[in-house]
Amino acid sequence: MPRYLIRRLGQAVLVVAGVIALTFVIMRLVPGDPAVAYAGPKAGPAELAQARARFGLDDPVWTQLWNYVRDLFSGDWGTSLHTRQPVAHDLATAFPASLELVGAALIVAVLAGVPLGILAARYHTKFPDLSVRLSSMLAVSVPVFWLALAVQTLFASTLGWFPVAGEYDTRLDVTSPLHVYTNITAVDALLTGNWPILTSTLAHLVLPALVVAAYPAGLIAQMTRAALIEETGRDHTRMERALGFGETALLTRFALRPAAAPVLSLIALVFAYAIVNGFLVEAVFNWPGLGRYAADSIRSLDTPAIAGVTLLVALLYVVANLVVDLLQSLIDPRVRTR
Amino acid sequence: MTTVELRGTPLRRVGNLARADVLATVGAVILAVIVLAALLAPWLAPYPADGGSATHPAEALLPPGADHWFGTDQVGRDVFTRILFGARTSLFIAVAVLGLAAVAGVTLGVVAGYAGGVVRDVIMRITDVFLAFPALLLSLALAVVLQPSVTTVIVAIAVTWWPWYARLTASVAQSVAGRGFIDAARCLGVPAPKIVFRHVLPNSLTPVLVQLSLDAGGVILTASALSYLGLGAQEPAAEWGLMVEQGQTLFTTDWWVVTFPGLAILVTAFAFNVLGEGLRAGLDPHRRAR
Repeated sequence: MPRYLIRRLGQAVLVVAGVIALTFVIMRLVPGDPAVAYAGPKAGPAELAQARARFGLDDPVWTQLWNYVRDLFSGDWGTSLHTRQPVAHDLATAFPASLELVGAALIVAVLAGVPLGILAARYHTKFPDLSVRLSSMLAVSVPVFWLALAVQTLFASTLGWFPVAGEYDTRLDVTSPLHVYTNITAVDALLTGNWPILTSTLAHLVLPALVVAAYPAGLIAQMTRAALIEETGRDHTRMERALGFGETALLTRFALRPAAAPVLSLIALVFAYAIVNGFLVEAVFNWPGLGRYAADSIRSLDTPAIAGVTLLVALLYVVANLVVDLLQSLIDPRVRTR
Repeated sequence: MTTVELRGTPLRRVGNLARADVLATVGAVILAVIVLAALLAPWLAPYPADGGSATHPAEALLPPGADHWFGTDQVGRDVFTRILFGARTSLFIAVAVLGLAAVAGVTLGVVAGYAGGVVRDVIMRITDVFLAFPALLLSLALAVVLQPSVTTVIVAIAVTWWPWYARLTASVAQSVAGRGFIDAARCLGVPAPKIVFRHVLPNSLTPVLVQLSLDAGGVILTASALSYLGLGAQEPAAEWGLMVEQGQTLFTTDWWVVTFPGLAILVTAFAFNVLGEGLRAGLDPHRRAR
């Protein structure tokens, strides 16, 4: 195990280095002068020179890369051009809201996807299987921004069942102000027993979380179905069937555990994807997360902010993958020799 | 599990696959209709001029009816016409992205798989780096620093898509490289580049072809998302994601402006996905053996 751990950690460090270098390269491709973007179109030559000196734009590329890496590690992720705040600070404020949305969506996706996958495998090639395949295919094929608009129009604007946009009713900040610990509103409200804000947050969360959940739920259902069908083709299933276990017990009592490994790694892969997919949903529902921040940054061509969001999500992906690989190597020692 | 008879003429094989997988057949039929619609858009469209910058302010936002099957948009253009022309944009983007990504990915992958050792490790670590960026995210960053256009979308998505083909090809090529006929070629003194591209490559392509049809739906979804964010096709181009963006504030009052372009994306991505799944289940020798 220690050898596997060291090798896997070494790989992760290499990937992180590559991720930082690639982000730097992409941001260097910016057409136009970042100094102009910062100082504004009316700035004179003196102000431009000052901005250039401030961002080290006159230094050689290698010095700039070195400074970039050094600043990243000391927590200086640059200054956003549109909020004029440190990017690290902006990300720290926006990320918990995204985590709240994606966390809720992934819980929904697992709770819906796994049982649907079991149902499809239980009635393989029968009607329930076909309908699960059809609906999971539709779930992974639907453009998420359009689904968000459709759901918002139907259930919020027209029927009025749920709030249209936002994270919670901000008028509650006056009547029952929230103590902030984790910055995740639902968690903070729960911890401090702030029921008005908790119920308001949950009501606001339903529609965007369901929309973000569609894609991962479809994937998880397909993966669970495929893994279970494969598992029931093995000898142990024949043995269990001979021992008189029912068809449902074969799946839930015996096949589900070995089938869980691929589903687990899928969830980690889907996590980073769901955060990015959440960007589009956040924009529609005005959810105060990374997506809205990214959308605002795109509009103002705010490269330091875009670089920050890109880097953060890529790092999350690397970490999520590392955690899953290590978990799997604990569950299944065969993984280590691969 | 349904077993598919894979002997006989190609036509019979297709027929067997069709009977074995209803969903995939539906996908193939839908896809054929979409491809025909894209190719024949200028002749099929009731108002071909509306595919571009034409405006008819007097006919703005007419609901669906006999003259305009899918209604008209905010400047009076026929939505059905623009959907047909949008199929051209989407299919063109999908073909271009997958072509670029497959050429780059397969070339690197086959080299990695045949060479093994350090070469393989280096190429695989590079793919790891690119895979750490979800496709939409890296495309987003690239699309911001480049000028928004269809070309930008193609380049941005292709950059994030090639590593999948590199990894897939590498693993297949590695097992092909270990087979007897490759050893034989090496013993006969065939130069390495020729072995790689004449012998290993053609025998490693089937899984990539299946993956391409599976991925086309994802490429179309990503491209439409970039256009929706304003980073792709620009007005007056007919592009489904852009049409949703332009009509989104009108959803409650004039539902057809947003509903039909969204459905077009959904149906196209769905057709590619079910067809790809069907091909994978039917043609993948690993699955078939089980």
